[in-house]
Amino acid sequence: MQEQLKAIQQEALANIQEVNNLKELQAIKVSYLGKKGSLTQVLRGMGKLSPEERPIVGEVANQVRETITSAIDEKNTVLENAALEEKLQAEAIDVTLPGRPTKVGGPHLLTKVIEEIEDLFIGLGFEVREGPEVETDYFNFEALNLPKNHPARDMQDSFYITNELLLRTHTSPVQARTMKEYKGEKGFKMICPGRVYRRDTDDATHSHQFTQIEGLYVDKDVKMSDLKGVLNLFAKKMFGEDRDIRLRPSFFPFTEPSVEMDISCKVCHGNGCSVCKGTGWIEILGAGMVHPNVLEMGGYDPKVYSGFAFGMGPERIAMLKYGVNDIRQFYLNDSRFLKQFHQA
Amino acid sequence: MLVSLNWLKEYVDIDGVSPEELADKVTRSGIEVDNIEYVAEKSSNVVIGFVESCEKHPNADKLNLCQVDVGEEKLQIICGAPNVRQGQKVAVAKPGAVLPGNFKIKRAKLRGIESNGMICSLQELGFDEKHIAKEYAEGIFVFPNDAPVGESVEPLLNSSDAILEFDLTPNRADCLSMLGVAYEVGALLEKPVKLPSEEVTSTEEKAADYISVKVEDENLNPYYGAFVIKDVEITTSPLWMQNYLLAAGIRPINNVVDITNYVLLEYGQPLHAFDYDRLNSKEIVVRSAKQDEKLVTLDDVERTLNPENLVITNGEEPVALAGVMGGANSEVTIATKNILLEAAYFDSVSIRKTVKATGLRSEASTRYEKGIDPNRVKRAGIRACHLLEKYAGGKVLSGVVEYDVLDRSEKEVDIDTDTINNRLGTNISSDEIGNILNRLQFNFDRNEHHFKVFAPTRRGDITIFEDMLEEVARIFGYDNLPYTLPTGSATAGGLTKSQLLRRAVKSYLEGVGLLETRTYSLTSETYIQKLISNEIKDLNPEPISLAMPMSEEHKYLRLSVLPELLKSISYNLARNQYNLGYYEIGSIFITNEKELTKQPNEQLRLSGALTGKWFEHPWQMENKKVDFYVVKGIVEGLFEHLELPITFKQVQLPDMHPGRTASLWLGDKEIGFMGQLHPALEKEMDLKETYVFDINLEVVLQAHHHEPSYTQIPRYPSVTRDIAFVLDQEVHAGDVQVAIAKMGAPLVKQVNVFDLYTGENLPDGKKSVAYNLLYQDPEKTLVDEEVEKSYQEIIESVSKQFNAYVRS
Ligand SMILES: [Zn+2]
Repeated sequence: MQEQLKAIQQEALANIQEVNNLKELQAIKVSYLGKKGSLTQVLRGMGKLSPEERPIVGEVANQVRETITSAIDEKNTVLENAALEEKLQAEAIDVTLPGRPTKVGGPHLLTKVIEEIEDLFIGLGFEVREGPEVETDYFNFEALNLPKNHPARDMQDSFYITNELLLRTHTSPVQARTMKEYKGEKGFKMICPGRVYRRDTDDATHSHQFTQIEGLYVDKDVKMSDLKGVLNLFAKKMFGEDRDIRLRPSFFPFTEPSVEMDISCKVCHGNGCSVCKGTGWIEILGAGMVHPNVLEMGGYDPKVYSGFAFGMGPERIAMLKYGVNDIRQFYLNDSRFLKQFHQA
Repeated sequence: MLVSLNWLKEYVDIDGVSPEELADKVTRSGIEVDNIEYVAEKSSNVVIGFVESCEKHPNADKLNLCQVDVGEEKLQIICGAPNVRQGQKVAVAKPGAVLPGNFKIKRAKLRGIESNGMICSLQELGFDEKHIAKEYAEGIFVFPNDAPVGESVEPLLNSSDAILEFDLTPNRADCLSMLGVAYEVGALLEKPVKLPSEEVTSTEEKAADYISVKVEDENLNPYYGAFVIKDVEITTSPLWMQNYLLAAGIRPINNVVDITNYVLLEYGQPLHAFDYDRLNSKEIVVRSAKQDEKLVTLDDVERTLNPENLVITNGEEPVALAGVMGGANSEVTIATKNILLEAAYFDSVSIRKTVKATGLRSEASTRYEKGIDPNRVKRAGIRACHLLEKYAGGKVLSGVVEYDVLDRSEKEVDIDTDTINNRLGTNISSDEIGNILNRLQFNFDRNEHHFKVFAPTRRGDITIFEDMLEEVARIFGYDNLPYTLPTGSATAGGLTKSQLLRRAVKSYLEGVGLLETRTYSLTSETYIQKLISNEIKDLNPEPISLAMPMSEEHKYLRLSVLPELLKSISYNLARNQYNLGYYEIGSIFITNEKELTKQPNEQLRLSGALTGKWFEHPWQMENKKVDFYVVKGIVEGLFEHLELPITFKQVQLPDMHPGRTASLWLGDKEIGFMGQLHPALEKEMDLKETYVFDINLEVVLQAHHHEPSYTQIPRYPSVTRDIAFVLDQEVHAGDVQVAIAKMGAPLVKQVNVFDLYTGENLPDGKKSVAYNLLYQDPEKTLVDEEVEKSYQEIIESVSKQFNAYVRS
């Protein structure tokens, strides 16, 4: 009987060795270990053995069963892995085909520039304010030291609606409105972005509607060197640490002294090239120390308080920073333009 | 202001400073120099020659054979110019000369005869048209008889002159004169100013015997000076004067007119020369024009005047429009013998009004409008007399006949070193401030650190401390200011709640795939009425139009952002960009007033327009067109993001698809609409199928008060049930959804539509809508009986309420 068992083991192991699919392996398992399997059949004959032989044969039988079972398990693992491998091979795809699209939107370039400037000045303690686009003549002009008949009113031809109401020509009226709100009682820092309007014929460098950001800082002992320091910080953050600024005296009715700020040319670093028309510098914004008349009309005593103000054009900044060469692009909303400024 | 540097040299020493350096210095101290122009390109070896003889070339009709004396030698030159004559003094490019364009002059043979040089026109010498007087526009240039033969042509032609174009800010009217420029340049270079000669040899005769002056309004004309010059000879003015006038952009006319223009540029003081004999009276009366009074001005245009216009009259009729332009009836002509010269001070506002009304702007009016120096009015007249005596052979009658109540006092401004340094953030010494004042040639009294400055009347812009602060700062140099940061009271800074929320709205919309646009606030008459939301229409808004629009396209303040946004869509379609998802946040302008007396209400709207494919995929064929539900999904998502309950109601609006439009509601407040455009509007605006939304963003931002706080994550499992109702077509799936949620509360946490079916197996006019219900009890595990009970209640209630039945 022991011989019979050995023979079964040998035959089973040979069969297991040869088999190459799970189904056949299952059949082999049944044919040896199943209820009617050959090993089971042999073991049924155990009862005929003598009590002395039984444990010995029993042990051999168990060994044979274990050997066959583990061989089957082992083969099973091998075959399963092979099957999985085959399945995965069959599932292979072309990873270079495009993915399912996700919709990607994005801000307008002007918004991007405006928010960048807002965040920069918020970091310096400025609040962000807004004001009406239809302004009174008083806030747009008079409160800014531009009385009726002032020659500087010619500088900005405006869209009037009535004699007293017009589309604001700059965001500066928000200066006057903010001072009124603070009632001359405490210092403050604010910027004001917004749409403004001028009687210009739209072309590559003019737009009847554009945006502006106004800034105003009023406090005791504000110095012109503070203005220079803040503008320098702004220019470096906005345009790059390697850029320098220079201030030139200028004229605005609402500031005295008034300045125009240039930054050094990105291309030639101040040596002069075609981009900066040979000057080495590019005009960026106007600024100055708040005119005492403006402070006074805003309810601030110019003997106690001083301040600085600045105004800049996001279109111009965007044009310089991103190389846009036609201001009309900002208002045409050509999707090929809008999509160029998605990136974070 | 065009500043000839050769001219400027007459008043201030600028030797050793190149035009470029000077332009940079001037720009850096406050007056932008826009351009540097050279009168002519460089040429060499061009001298003045005397044409001794001029004969026809034997072999060529159009050429002349000239013998020309050029000082050291005589040259035979063949010249093709039609105006060459014997006895002329001309510009000769000798052999070896180099003309502009690197054109080298060589000895040559022309038609068999030797030619040793070239007689030049100004064009050939590289002059720009605008620097060439009319009579020499064609042919060679001819010098005056006293031109020195053999000398370089350069000084007489002023050809090496550089002209700086000053872009003056309105406060710097002082630099509308060469003297003003000289003071400015003198301050920058630390050089004194040399004043021109005002010497006059007066005759015995008195001007007062020829003229009297009367002024009606002393405010409009505080000074009027009349000079009488007899026996002038009208001819051309000296070449140098013509050159300077050309450099300044003024065409030479004759010596008398040129002299008045020359002094205008030199002193910044307008002058006017009348033909004394044509005045036909012995008096000048300055008064306001009568209503509809007529005057033919020098440009031969008849002007109809009104009392706002100041006129100079001969006592009877106007002979000049004060400060703006002379009258044709008293114009100086070739026949003029005697002159009445006017030097006057007119009020700037009055002149500005006349300029605005007549549209006439002249060199004179520009200076009056910006303000002239009261101390130079009379002196300019005397200077002109000096020149008339010298260059027009005039006899200046003694005494000026004048009306004079002019205030010539200097403004006193107190400054002190401490306040200046405190305002600038600098550490400038009192001595340095004194030095700066000296450079500016401002008079002052100094008491240690305190200065009383007497601002010269040429600088009318200086009236207060801050004006002097700027003067000190700009001469000190803005470059020399330190960089500091504010040290005052700390301020928090930041965005307002509304601004923060707007940023959140924007980033949501951009996250779901929309592009932000910016369109114009001004729209056309056609579009002002279109796509106005119901709740705006309910306010009965009046369109607001500009008083003077520049075009029909941009005439009205918009009442909806959509029309201009749709124009952008259309613009893209025309450029083959078909798949677009746009949004914009912008103001609309609402008023009830027909005539605006106060500012309109500016309301922020959030508007969007979508067209074409929403998803497109090149190879999986999953192209999904934008439809109502894509847009609704975006809107719903936004309100979910803001934690605000939005509801949609079927609505019909003009310009919108009658069956595919919903009004949006926040509680019982209508806040906008969404849907498909009416195909008729799509056609009108060259659009394809387009969906829009338009929301009152202001109400939304105000309604938002969400402060998130933690809610316990449910610990007990949820149960879902599906249910499909067969409904009449007209029944709104949304209404059923609301009813289910209401009936199922509080156990039903969510109701979602997951299928819509019409067609086979359903009776006509019916649809099947399938809902998915989520049951949850935060306190315990749900038991089947509870869910089943609620489920049955819902079926019963919905069936009854909507005439529905459950689809098995
Ligand atoms: Zn450059």
